[in-house]
Amino acid sequence: MKPIHFKAFTIIAALLASTFASADDTVTAMPDMGKLLATGGVSSVEGAGGGGITPWALIAGYGTRDSFGANVHYTDLSTQDFRLDTYGAAVGIMDRVELSVAKQDFKSTKGPLNGLDIKQEIYGIKVKLIGDAVYDQNSWLPQIAIGAEYKDNKGLSGLINAPITALGAKRTSGTDYYVSATKIFLDQSILANVTIRDTNANQMGLLGFGGDLNNSHKMEFEGSLAYLIDKNWVLGTEYRDKPHNLAADNEKAYYDVFLAWFPTKNFSVTLAYANLGSIAAPETKNNSNQTGAYLSLQAGF
Amino acid sequence: MNRIAQSILAVALTGLFSTIALAQNQASIPSASSATMGAETTDQLFQDFGGKAGIGKVVDDFLTIWQADPRISKRLTDADVERLGLMLKEQFTQLTGGPATYSGKDMKAAHDGMGIRNAEFNALAEDLQLSMGKNGVSSRSQNRLLAKLAPMQHAIVTK
Repeated sequence: MKPIHFKAFTIIAALLASTFASADDTVTAMPDMGKLLATGGVSSVEGAGGGGITPWALIAGYGTRDSFGANVHYTDLSTQDFRLDTYGAAVGIMDRVELSVAKQDFKSTKGPLNGLDIKQEIYGIKVKLIGDAVYDQNSWLPQIAIGAEYKDNKGLSGLINAPITALGAKRTSGTDYYVSATKIFLDQSILANVTIRDTNANQMGLLGFGGDLNNSHKMEFEGSLAYLIDKNWVLGTEYRDKPHNLAADNEKAYYDVFLAWFPTKNFSVTLAYANLGSIAAPETKNNSNQTGAYLSLQAGF
Repeated sequence: MNRIAQSILAVALTGLFSTIALAQNQASIPSASSATMGAETTDQLFQDFGGKAGIGKVVDDFLTIWQADPRISKRLTDADVERLGLMLKEQFTQLTGGPATYSGKDMKAAHDGMGIRNAEFNALAEDLQLSMGKNGVSSRSQNRLLAKLAPMQHAIVTK
C-alpha cells in the first residue's frame, strides 16, 4: 500500500472512530426511517449512495443522525456490446458514515468477445464531513463527504480464464478516493453534485488498474445535475470523466440521463439512458457509442 | 471532446453553485432573524399558495394531519393548537411574502427544552407536504416554502 493511500485510510478510520465515540445514548437501536424521501439518493453502479454513475455526499438509507438505515440494489445496464449487472448493499450510520459493497458482473454480449465475463467486487466507505444538503438552505455550503472504494477485480472467465492483467492492466485491484459536494437548492428544486475522484481504474476497474499509457492515480471530475419534479420524482443528468490508461482501450467519459421514482422510502426505481463511450473498441468496432438503457431497483429501510 | 465537455460541465456546475448561493445570501441579508429568513421580496409565492385563504387551509389541514400522525401527535397533546395555527399562518404568510408579521417567539425559544429529534422535524415537514399537496400547491412552490423552513432545523432539533 502506497503511503498516501495509507494516510487516507488512517484519516477515514480516525473520523469513523470519532463519530462512534461521540454517539450518545440517544441513538436508537431501531431504524427510524426519519430522513426525507429521496435524500438517501439511489445506488451507484459501484455501490455508494448517489446518482447512478457517481457518488453523492448524501448518506445511503433513511436513518437520521439518531439511527441507521440500509438498502440493497440491483442494476442492469446493457449497451450494444456489453451488459453490466450489479447488485449490492449499503448501510448508513447516523447519517454520517456509509459502508457499501457491490458485485459487478460485466459480460460481452456480441462480436469476437461474446461470452467474455469479468467480475469485480467493490467495498466502499463514505464519511460526511460538513454541511447538510437539505437544511443549510440559507448557506452556500454544500454537504461534503469523502470516500474510498476498494476494488478487487476477480478476472476473466468465459472465453478465457485469466487475471484482468492479461488485457494489459498493471494491477488486479485498486482504490479510488473521492470528495463529493452535494447541494439541494430547494428554492429552485435543483440538486447539484460535484465529485472529484482520485483513481487509476480502467473502466471503473472492470479492465483492471493502471496500464501502458499511465500507471498512476489521476484526479477526475464527475458531476450531477437534477430537477426535483416533485417529492417522488427526480429527473437528472450525470457526467463522469475517466482516465485513459490502456492504449488498447480508448476509454472515454460516461454520461447518462436518468429518471428516478421514489414511491415510498422502502423502494425506488431508476431508469436511465447511459452512454459509456468506448469500451474495448478495437474488438467491438464501436469507438464512441456504447449506449443503452439502465434500470436500477433499490429496496431498503 | 472529453476535455471540452468536462470543462463546460465544471464551469456550469461551479457557476450554478455560486450564483444560487449568492442569490440566497442576498435574499437573506435584509432579514437575518430565523423567523424571517430568506423572506420574499414579492408576494408571488403568497399568491401561489392562494393568499390568506389558501395558507389558512394549508395550516388547518397541516394541524389535522399532524394530530393524526403517530410519530409526532403527542407533541400537540398539551399544546394550544388554536394559537399554534394562528402563529403558523402568520409565519407562513410572512415567509411567502404576504401581508403579515410573525408575532411569536423565535424558533429557538419556541422549541427550547422540548428535545425534538431530527426524525420528528422531518415527519412534520412530510405532514406539511401532504397538506400543501392536498390543497393544490405546486411542487415548486412547496419547495420554495420548505427552503425557508429547512434552516430552522438547526434551532428546533436539539436532541
